[in-house]
Amino acid sequence: MQEEVFVSGRNIPNIDPHLEVWHWPISVDLFFGGLAAGLLFFAATFYLLGKEREYPSIVKYAPIIAPIGITIALICLFYDLTHKLYFWRLYLTFRIDSPMSFGSWVLLFITPLSFLWVLSYLEDIFPRFNLKFKLLIRIRDFAIKYRRTMAILLIPLSIGLGIYTGILLSAFNARPLWNNAILGPLFLTSGLTTASAVILYFVKSAKEKSLFNKITLALLFIQLFLFAHMILGYYAGSEVQLEAIDLLIGGEFTVMFVGFVLILGLIIPFVIEVLEYFGYRIPVIIPATLILIGGIIFRFVMVEAGQLTRYLY
Amino acid sequence: MRYAMVIDTKKCVGCSDCVVACQTENNVPIGYCRDWITETVAGSYPQIEMELKSERCNHCENSPCVRCCPTGASHIIVSGIVLVTHNECIGCGACIESCPYDARYQHPEGYIDKCTFCHHRLEKGQLPACVEVCPTKCMYFGDLDNPNSEVSKLLKSRTYKTLAPEAGTKPQVYYLI
Amino acid sequence: MNMNKFILKKSVRQMSTSRRKFIKISALGLGGVAASTTALNLFGTSPFFDAVVLDEVAKKLHRTPTYCEVCFWKCAAWAYSDSEGNIPKILGNETDPHCYGRLCPRGTGGVGMYNDTDRLKTPLIRKMVDGEQTFVESSWEEALDLVAGKFKAVKEKYGSESFALLKHGSPGKHLEHLFKAYGSDTIAEPAYAQCRGAREAGFALTFGSWVGSPEPTDIRDTKCLVLIGSHIGENMHNSQVQEMSDAIDNGATIITVDPRYSTAASKSKYWLAIKPATDIALMLAWMNVIIEEGLYDKDYVEKYTTGFNELKKHVLNFSPEWAYGITTIKPAEIRKTAREMANAAPAVIIHPGRHVAWYGDDTQRARAMAILNALLGSWGRRGGFYFKESISIPKYPSPKYPQPEWGWPEIGEKYPLAQMGITTEVIKASLPSEDNKYPVKAWMVAGTNLTKSIPNKELLENAMNELEFLVVLDTMPMDITGYADVVLPECTYLERFDGIRSATNREPSIAVRFPAVKPKYDSKPGWWVAKQIGDRLGLNEYFDYDDYKDVIAWQLDKMGTSIEEMIKIGVKHYPRKSGGLYLKDGEPYNFPTSSGKIELYSKELKDLGFDPLPKYTKHPEPPAGFYRLNYGRAPMHTFSRTANNPNLNDLMNENNLWVNPKVARILGLTSGSEVWLRNQDKVTSTFPIKVRVTERIRWDSVYMVHGFGHDNKKLSRAYGKGINDTQLISKVYEDPIMGGTGMRGNFVEILTDNPHNTVES
Repeated sequence: MQEEVFVSGRNIPNIDPHLEVWHWPISVDLFFGGLAAGLLFFAATFYLLGKEREYPSIVKYAPIIAPIGITIALICLFYDLTHKLYFWRLYLTFRIDSPMSFGSWVLLFITPLSFLWVLSYLEDIFPRFNLKFKLLIRIRDFAIKYRRTMAILLIPLSIGLGIYTGILLSAFNARPLWNNAILGPLFLTSGLTTASAVILYFVKSAKEKSLFNKITLALLFIQLFLFAHMILGYYAGSEVQLEAIDLLIGGEFTVMFVGFVLILGLIIPFVIEVLEYFGYRIPVIIPATLILIGGIIFRFVMVEAGQLTRYLY
Repeated sequence: MRYAMVIDTKKCVGCSDCVVACQTENNVPIGYCRDWITETVAGSYPQIEMELKSERCNHCENSPCVRCCPTGASHIIVSGIVLVTHNECIGCGACIESCPYDARYQHPEGYIDKCTFCHHRLEKGQLPACVEVCPTKCMYFGDLDNPNSEVSKLLKSRTYKTLAPEAGTKPQVYYLI
Repeated sequence: MNMNKFILKKSVRQMSTSRRKFIKISALGLGGVAASTTALNLFGTSPFFDAVVLDEVAKKLHRTPTYCEVCFWKCAAWAYSDSEGNIPKILGNETDPHCYGRLCPRGTGGVGMYNDTDRLKTPLIRKMVDGEQTFVESSWEEALDLVAGKFKAVKEKYGSESFALLKHGSPGKHLEHLFKAYGSDTIAEPAYAQCRGAREAGFALTFGSWVGSPEPTDIRDTKCLVLIGSHIGENMHNSQVQEMSDAIDNGATIITVDPRYSTAASKSKYWLAIKPATDIALMLAWMNVIIEEGLYDKDYVEKYTTGFNELKKHVLNFSPEWAYGITTIKPAEIRKTAREMANAAPAVIIHPGRHVAWYGDDTQRARAMAILNALLGSWGRRGGFYFKESISIPKYPSPKYPQPEWGWPEIGEKYPLAQMGITTEVIKASLPSEDNKYPVKAWMVAGTNLTKSIPNKELLENAMNELEFLVVLDTMPMDITGYADVVLPECTYLERFDGIRSATNREPSIAVRFPAVKPKYDSKPGWWVAKQIGDRLGLNEYFDYDDYKDVIAWQLDKMGTSIEEMIKIGVKHYPRKSGGLYLKDGEPYNFPTSSGKIELYSKELKDLGFDPLPKYTKHPEPPAGFYRLNYGRAPMHTFSRTANNPNLNDLMNENNLWVNPKVARILGLTSGSEVWLRNQDKVTSTFPIKVRVTERIRWDSVYMVHGFGHDNKKLSRAYGKGINDTQLISKVYEDPIMGGTGMRGNFVEILTDNPHNTVES
């Protein structure tokens, strides 16, 4: 029998018997960060492609979720800091190695832009709503004037935000479950998928719907590939990685991961979208909701299970 | 200058004096620790082997905690010691997640804390508190860049290992086996 | 009036007729206590304030010499304190031969003893309040008057001899003086019959000299260290642990004989996983090999010993093959280890161990160890045993003690070779009966938690129930305080003066204990309590000083030093006067035995009707479904006294039950499962214990660290954590030679369902 015990000195809150340093706020942050990144990416891209009128839901309506999502993400991030009074230290330095630093700088710029973007379309979204404050009106006018500039800025920033949500976890070598090169692209794709699912709620015209059915289908297809890669990658990996994937497949997270993330959040929406593609009419709310649920559960599973995996003990 | 710690598992009895000496020297609150003792038992009765050892921050040369710190609170100083500046730390927890040794913890006041190799004592020419108190004298501390230091000599003459070398962090706490 | 009462909680375990009910100094106490404790905790544990305070004062720490009282090793140390009365750390004294500047975890964690907010804070008196026995806080004046009144009453009614002192450690010394002045020599300490008494008797019978403490083992220079059921490393006998480490560095061979894979076993070249209770058979076989193969130190044996021929004849048939059947150790292993010892001789140590009250033949077991050492010529040799020496401390002038009519020697008269009071015999003498010639009627208990140091709890409780008076002096609300009529809160060693430490070592030295800070709460030093009671008894002449500092100053002056010097150095060394540390080649030497030689064959034992040479006797084995209960030490705790120490509790807060994986499979146990234990006499553990499934223990035994399972809720960290092994030791195997109480012959079954559910619905 092999046995390894702590003789003394270890029963530290949030560290033992396993890490619980990052809690639900990080999962929520990742979810909304990825979602907002996707929404803004689609909006800016379609705007720059000159499709503002053709695809108003994508450029004008769906992005109202972005500042809300980013705000939630920011609140979550701040809430999970344990030395909050010093958060301003984030902005005295930029550290390219640190996803946290990278992400907080991206958020610093993308947050106001996301608000401005929505503000610039406020009258299109709520036609009966009149801005009262002069300052806001001036800002809105400014935003409308520089929409193109904003769109140009939003492309790299939204990609940055997406990458941040992708690499935040995968940059940690110490957690075998996270330390996987596929995880970054997977989170990025998943973020885009959730964004396209949200857009599906907003689509008005058949054209918009048809396009986003296809985009969603494509993204789900890519995700299926990436998941397969990820899982097979673990199985081809070292001892610690085998232990890690055991948590997801055949361990305590199996129901959540296989049931909710893979089947409900990925395969079923994929099948629905395929059926939709071949002309079956299924309410769009069903695949969209499943994708969103799968997306958030995926982040919860990865954050929590990842902290159970370690090299020692 | 490259400070390192060498711990002789052949002598360690796992008494935990290093743990309590660290707590009193560094005012580590009760319930937390910067170092700890593990016991590994292999074999079956009566063919058994056991290893006892004191573990702590490995002051890695390739330190993921320093890399992932968004504010630079975690930093590495000339002598190779990894330190955390408390009033630069925001408590994001990234460094805790990044450490393969789980050597860092959230201090009740919010910042992240860990072993400093008793940097404040080294400055006064003293050894780390754990090394100085160890009743079995199984802990050695010194400069690996100096070929005549006790730690250099021990690593030349004895077999040793480091913890989780596969994590690629180049740990600087060595265990004689 | 702020009178705090502690309400008695009825307990099903108590006899309904009990006059002296166990009062759990309980958390059910009135609001006032609870509130004040909470407030204290609030400030006491605020890391922010602590940090600010510590940062502020870190630069101006003041050091005071002391010697540690967390265990009996008494390492000299420096207590670092600030002007606020904080003691942030304690460090060893560099020149001290007990610690060489390195305290053990308990010494380093001694700060926790001072900081523990669960400490006894004020004298408590048992009173009837609303028809219930409760403790009421009192002034020292009231408590001491009451205690002194009882001293007088006992003396008048029965004679001073009927007031017994059961003690341990430094406070015991002061009270011993009080008792002897008062006219009672009814004094005993569990450290003898429950611990190392058999070893002292066995070695005294052989070499004419006690092993004593610290043991005069020359471990640092040894080539072969043999540990038979001795756990250096798990017992943190500081200088021995340090020297064992030196020995490992020097490439010494370590041979460990232990049914359990101890820490020392893991450091050993040879671990002999012996069947429990068969050590003597192994040692007889070793003697057989050493003599048959002519490996013994012939010159030494011839020059310094007597009885070799009898021994040779005695061990003739105890071959390794014979021992194999008993010990399960292969003959080849026995021969190999015997030769390994002989190769190293005389730099070889068959370590006498410390706690040796095991099976009732423990003096004989110690004799076997002593004989092996004699055969290998290690006594008085480098790398074996050195000739220890200490310096005597001048006695502070005081009148001659009155001569009591009886005392501990008479109470223990059944045991001819007991050299100290036998606590269990004093306890038995407290039970009234027709033929009890030595009726003990009252106890003072100081610095020892009897419920965790004395086996056979029923006897102990019956005795306490019969007492007319029981006063307890302690720093902590240990379980024993719950039985007291009066509880006196002693301040910790960091807050008081105590006698000068002079121990036997390679070179004589003294160490002092000065208070680093003022006593916390309303606690007082032991010497002050002794003097206060003495003064009330009209024994002023025996306490002719205002402060114990005066006594120390007087003694230091006689020893050519002073308080001023000792404050600076803490430890003072003196030259040896008794001769060399080791025997010189062929040097004539007179051993302090009756023959002047090492007595391999003991005529003294023969004359008293005991075996003159050790014999192997078979001891009971666990019946089916039962496991032998083994207990031992953890390096971060001293018996039960440190379990509540915040620093040490943080290192280990409960004991675990070691179970072999084979047993675990049968019983369906996994590491972490909670179980209860019930012994052969149907005594069930009060609390559960968590299982540790480990290969380090045999399939016929279970093991736990001694000193846990505290019953007193006032010990907020230790209460209910783990099992008190002593509770399950109801069967005692008495050593007929010196009265030791063998405790290793108890067997337990493992209960997975809570046995108390049916009792307390």
